[in-house]
Amino acid sequence: MNGIHDLGGMHGFGPVDPEPNEPVFHHDWERRAFALNLAAGFLGRWNIDMGRYAREHMPPAEYLATTYYEHWLYGLERLLVEKGLVTGKELEAMRPQGPVAGVKALGVDDLPKALRNRRAARMDDHLATPRFKAGDRVRTKNLNPTGHTRLPRYARDKVGVIDRDHGVFIFADAHAVTGQKVPQRCYSVRFEGRELWGPDAGPRDAIYIDLFEPYLEPAYPEGGHT
Amino acid sequence: MSDHHHGHDHAHEHEHDDRPGAHGAPLTDIQLRVRALESLLVDKGLVDPKALDTLIDTYETKVGPRNGARVVAKAWVDPAFKQRLLADSTAAIAELGYIGRQGEDMVVLENTPKVHNVVVCTLCSCYPWPVLGLPPVWYKSGPYRARTVIDPRGVLREFGVDVGDDVEVRVWDSTAELRYLVLPERPQGTEGMTEEQLADLVTRDAMIGVAQVKAPRRW
Repeated sequence: MNGIHDLGGMHGFGPVDPEPNEPVFHHDWERRAFALNLAAGFLGRWNIDMGRYAREHMPPAEYLATTYYEHWLYGLERLLVEKGLVTGKELEAMRPQGPVAGVKALGVDDLPKALRNRRAARMDDHLATPRFKAGDRVRTKNLNPTGHTRLPRYARDKVGVIDRDHGVFIFADAHAVTGQKVPQRCYSVRFEGRELWGPDAGPRDAIYIDLFEPYLEPAYPEGGHT
Repeated sequence: MSDHHHGHDHAHEHEHDDRPGAHGAPLTDIQLRVRALESLLVDKGLVDPKALDTLIDTYETKVGPRNGARVVAKAWVDPAFKQRLLADSTAAIAELGYIGRQGEDMVVLENTPKVHNVVVCTLCSCYPWPVLGLPPVWYKSGPYRARTVIDPRGVLREFGVDVGDDVEVRVWDSTAELRYLVLPERPQGTEGMTEEQLADLVTRDAMIGVAQVKAPRRW
């Protein structure tokens, strides 16, 4: 979706403001919101792409006026209701009305294994034959799906060069909406700064973006047909 | 409760928050809302508060940029490790025991005198947790996410890094599930230092690509 989360290239935000000796969390509620998100996620009712997609639904003005862990909290509440773990009424009253069948809370003993899991979005490479290889010129499609996508707005309908083939990964766009694990090649694509931003961009700036194969089509060689 | 990190009053609590748009407006009832949600989920048997405590402790005190610094220092002193690190970053990092969530598929980017790498996530705030811990507020903030892709040299200058015109800047927007770690250049004058001493020089910011590693004046 063309959401407010897609910030790349926007002006007007002012300087980056690093905090010296920044703590991991600034408030106790941030600790709890962080852990609640992880622990609820381990219940297995949604995946990481659904989590991102849920946060993207935050109304734009609210997104800009709130902090990172508030975004997480918004997404968590939305998913809890959407996936039937909590009813809207319960959330409103913050009072339980009944149990949820078939779920088991993540316990302390389950954590080491859960946190050290080594496989997430990567799938077996034989599941999808690569259409492109390093050095190929590609053009990103002009896509504006209302669903989830990981093709940022600033990189649509742009020509780049495949830097490397990362292998096969769960296609985020489908995973966020249907939960299906559709195998797709994921490439790192190199774009020259001037291709993305025009003549004012630095001549020696390049932007590398990880893009799924369905976002890409072949581009004619430089100087060839357009 | 531990809202005392800054060691000063609450009026300053939010000045480094990561709201992409505004600064300074007070948070409303957020503490109460999170507490109520936690007790709701505990009462419904969906979360175990002890597991929450362990999760917090893990990411607040056990996983952090010291892990990444050890990877970098080892790459500086051990050419065979460096080669493995650049060829299969996930496996080489796992040799040091750093595995798991948000680090399942790692890519290490080597800075050289001709190439400076910097990492961003414009769409959310993807970050390599096992080697760097949780991201700082500025990394998740609007200014960094908006500007790094369009004005990388301007952003780097704000961090005190002046990249020469002859150096290519490569910005890596982590839009998929690959997680990036920058291997900074080893500073001159550190030839006799041990791996452990070198690790102490490596900062989180250098491994994101917004800083260079400096040699100590005297060691």
